Amino acid sequence: MTIKTEALTKKFGKITAVNELNLEVEEGEIFGLLGPNGAGKTTLISMLCTILKPTSGRAWVNGFDIVKEPGKVRKSIGIVFQQASVDDLLTGRENLALHNLLFEVPKAIRKQRINEVLAIVNLEKRADDFVNTYSGGMRRRLELARGIMHHPKILFLDEPTLGLDPQTREHIWDYIKELAQKECMTVLLTTHYMEEAEQLCDRVAIIDYGKIAALDSPDALKSRVAGDVVTIKQRIPDIESIKKLDYVMKAEDKDGLLYISIKDAGKHLQDLLSNSGPIDFVEVRRGTLNDVFLHYTGREIREAEAEGGFWERMMKR
Amino acid sequence: MSELEGIYAVWLREAKIYIREKERLISAVISPLLWIFGFGGGLGSSVQSMSGYPYQTFIYPGIMVMTVLFTSLFYGVYIIWDRKLDFLKEVLVAPVSRASVFAGKMLGGATDAMVQVVYLIIIGFFISIPFTPLVIIEAFLMLLLISIAMVSIGLVIGANLKSPEGFSLIINFVMWPMFFFSGALFPVSNLGPWLSAITFINPLTYGVDAMRGIILNINHFPIMLDVAALALFAAMMIGLGVASFKRM
Repeated sequence: MTIKTEALTKKFGKITAVNELNLEVEEGEIFGLLGPNGAGKTTLISMLCTILKPTSGRAWVNGFDIVKEPGKVRKSIGIVFQQASVDDLLTGRENLALHNLLFEVPKAIRKQRINEVLAIVNLEKRADDFVNTYSGGMRRRLELARGIMHHPKILFLDEPTLGLDPQTREHIWDYIKELAQKECMTVLLTTHYMEEAEQLCDRVAIIDYGKIAALDSPDALKSRVAGDVVTIKQRIPDIESIKKLDYVMKAEDKDGLLYISIKDAGKHLQDLLSNSGPIDFVEVRRGTLNDVFLHYTGREIREAEAEGGFWERMMKR
Repeated sequence: MSELEGIYAVWLREAKIYIREKERLISAVISPLLWIFGFGGGLGSSVQSMSGYPYQTFIYPGIMVMTVLFTSLFYGVYIIWDRKLDFLKEVLVAPVSRASVFAGKMLGGATDAMVQVVYLIIIGFFISIPFTPLVIIEAFLMLLLISIAMVSIGLVIGANLKSPEGFSLIINFVMWPMFFFSGALFPVSNLGPWLSAITFINPLTYGVDAMRGIILNINHFPIMLDVAALALFAAMMIGLGVASFKRM
């Protein structure tokens, strides 16, 4: 087990950001944490990175206790933060060189490591420019390069592609996948983007109110909860008789449209339509992780109280 | 070994940033020039002489201490900016102790101040300060000790605050009393009882006294007392600073 938590809890005053959370992540896995704002994702990662001390419970990262052996934990991990933390007034290469010193990369291989990671993230040509001339995507890539340079066993990515354009996101996903495979690295990432979780993650955990609401592979989650979604417009609204059908998992009436989640649209669509009476409109789509997410976390917008910026939380103590 | 490399890494970052922020370098040259020629020259034209030296010469050691004081104390504000802009996080999650992070930052601040000291020494030659190589070395080491103590105060305050505005406010309450009651602009020997009481508990008084002793041979206290008082104060501030960094 690369990461393991036991009843891990973090409270900020009255707010419980992470609530007796149990989690196990296997070696070599790309594991995603999904959750609304304020669900406790960043707090969880901060504890695992030993930046925050848990209120109670225990956790191990790479076999080391996060409270008793923070130094050893830090040596085993790489982190890419939500907000860029590369230094503007240094060049890309200088940022990496500082990281080498801080993370005790042996002197003999420092130069080679820098060139290696620069090649991975395609920044060789801009390596000697100041970071304040970089675009958002380049900064992100530099940060990723820095996070992996000391060959961590475990890589934490907090919203790795937040605010990036689709091209850059695709690139970064490819890097992450490739890296996880090549280096046999475990990756724990948080994200709001459902397609990011679908494309990247072997398993995802949906976190809400500091607890795990669901945990499985994206495919399993989708077939378990979302199924397929059929949208119809009935001439004579009759939601009750549709709800009675045994393959219907959920039916919701919204603005005159009926949203029906069913298990296997290919098999049951015809039967569903023959039970719907005359209809004006029909649309069928595969269930997505988004449906799963909304199923477990509801539709209301959250107050992002427990999970403000990193430093706001740090200063609250 | 690795802790030393950590200190070096933090210091190196500070030094590189200092060199690249031209505004900092320029203001580092201009403000001591203003004090020496504007204040020292201006007031010196009506004040005859003090302890046997022209006023401009008399306050030169005080101006040195003042320059180091201002630069060192204000350096603490960068820790707040670093934190606001998230640059510090990378260092805080590294497998380097907080004491080393503090040491690196402190040396970074002292480097800023010592660069100014070099300018001041060069200016000193132009206004015929009686320098010898030994005087320069002693003055340099003494100012380094003062700088270490003052940078540490700045970092303690910076590490415990969130806003740069709050920092400036508080630092002004620390800086000006320290400066005015240090004897930088006047001798401490013939002050009234309450004023001299304040100067005696002000650690900077010992720094000014030591500097004046080293450069102009005017001592109010024995030099060893000056060094001991400042070293003790610096040690206390370093302790507080490391404790503050551990809570970050």
